[in-house]
Amino acid sequence: MSRAKRIFHQFGSPPWLFRFAGWLIPWLWLVCIALGAWGLWWGLLIAPPDYLQGESVRIMYLHVPSAWMSYSIYLLMAIFGFCALVWHVRAAEIMAMASAPIGAAFTLVTLVTGSLWGRPTWGTYWVWDARLTSELVLLFLYLGVMGLHSAFDEPRKGARAAALLSLVGLVNIPIIHYSVVWWNTLHQPGSVGVDGSSIHPSMLWPLLIVALAAKFYYGANLLSRTRVRLLEENRHRRWARAWVTGGID
Amino acid sequence: MHPKRKKRLLGLVVILVGVGLASAITIWSLRQNMLFFVTPGDVAAENIPPGRPFRLGGLVQPGSVTRAEDGLTVRFTVTDGEGDIDVAYDGILPDLFREGQGVIARGAMDQAMVFQATEVLAKHDENYMPPEVAEALAEKGHPLPSRPQSAGDGTP
Repeated sequence: MSRAKRIFHQFGSPPWLFRFAGWLIPWLWLVCIALGAWGLWWGLLIAPPDYLQGESVRIMYLHVPSAWMSYSIYLLMAIFGFCALVWHVRAAEIMAMASAPIGAAFTLVTLVTGSLWGRPTWGTYWVWDARLTSELVLLFLYLGVMGLHSAFDEPRKGARAAALLSLVGLVNIPIIHYSVVWWNTLHQPGSVGVDGSSIHPSMLWPLLIVALAAKFYYGANLLSRTRVRLLEENRHRRWARAWVTGGID
Repeated sequence: MHPKRKKRLLGLVVILVGVGLASAITIWSLRQNMLFFVTPGDVAAENIPPGRPFRLGGLVQPGSVTRAEDGLTVRFTVTDGEGDIDVAYDGILPDLFREGQGVIARGAMDQAMVFQATEVLAKHDENYMPPEVAEALAEKGHPLPSRPQSAGDGTP
């Protein structure tokens, strides 16, 4: 068996995934909290105000990392969903469904912080431009995936139906990303790309640190949710009962 | 790969390509409606008749902002380099409104070809910098804030 195939099979094994996640989660939280505290302290207190927006630029340190997370989590959810549909791996189903509420939360934070920034900057809380509307559609997609998943009595059927919905909703991701390029929007085009950034370094660094912290938060949250679900479903298995009664990790 | 899995994989790929194509066609046919605003150049090219409401977007021409005697009505020119349109507005302007700033105004042209705005929003561009850097740039002769609207680099 090739190395890649063995890793794939290991992730599909509930006891292995349960133990691996249990070992990894504290480290993820540690890095998440350290980076998050550092980045937010730098961004919210130390970084300079913007020449046009003034202090309201600080909303960016929450808004932009949340926005990046809102659609990267969707992408990962769809990849997990794809694996679930093709290979029927239960662990992939669980991780796809565990991603939905985290992604929905980040999308909500993106919409709320963006709205609070829009009032002083643009002069309005909300407009129906392509970027704002497609981000709202993303929230509805997450809610749809969560709703469809819980509408089935049989969790595996629900997860697969919801995974299919998440794959169909994938078309919205390039629309969100390119909305500011393809069409005239009130929302500004992107500031950070592979070829550089139009954000001054004194503001860019704290932004990137918070964005990194958000990724670790997702990892820790996802694995915690996955562990709970694995334990619940395998409660009659020997390894799960041994862990509960003996506290063996 | 197991034939059953291969079948599922193929089915999924067909669905994804189908949905992708359908969305692309829909978006392409709706491209005019997806625009949040039109620029003065578009207005000149499309000959929008007076009275039809639309959103006008562009930069506030430096030196064009004047206030009427009543202290409420503001007049300014919106430009995109291809055309200029005079705008009249009596309402509260956003804090970011200034000469050289991108704005989006909602309203309609009147008979005198002046755009009567009912709402004016400020458009922020993708540049973020501390005041000292902005001053240094201005001293070197960089016009601020005046990046064109469509200069996106394709990233969030």
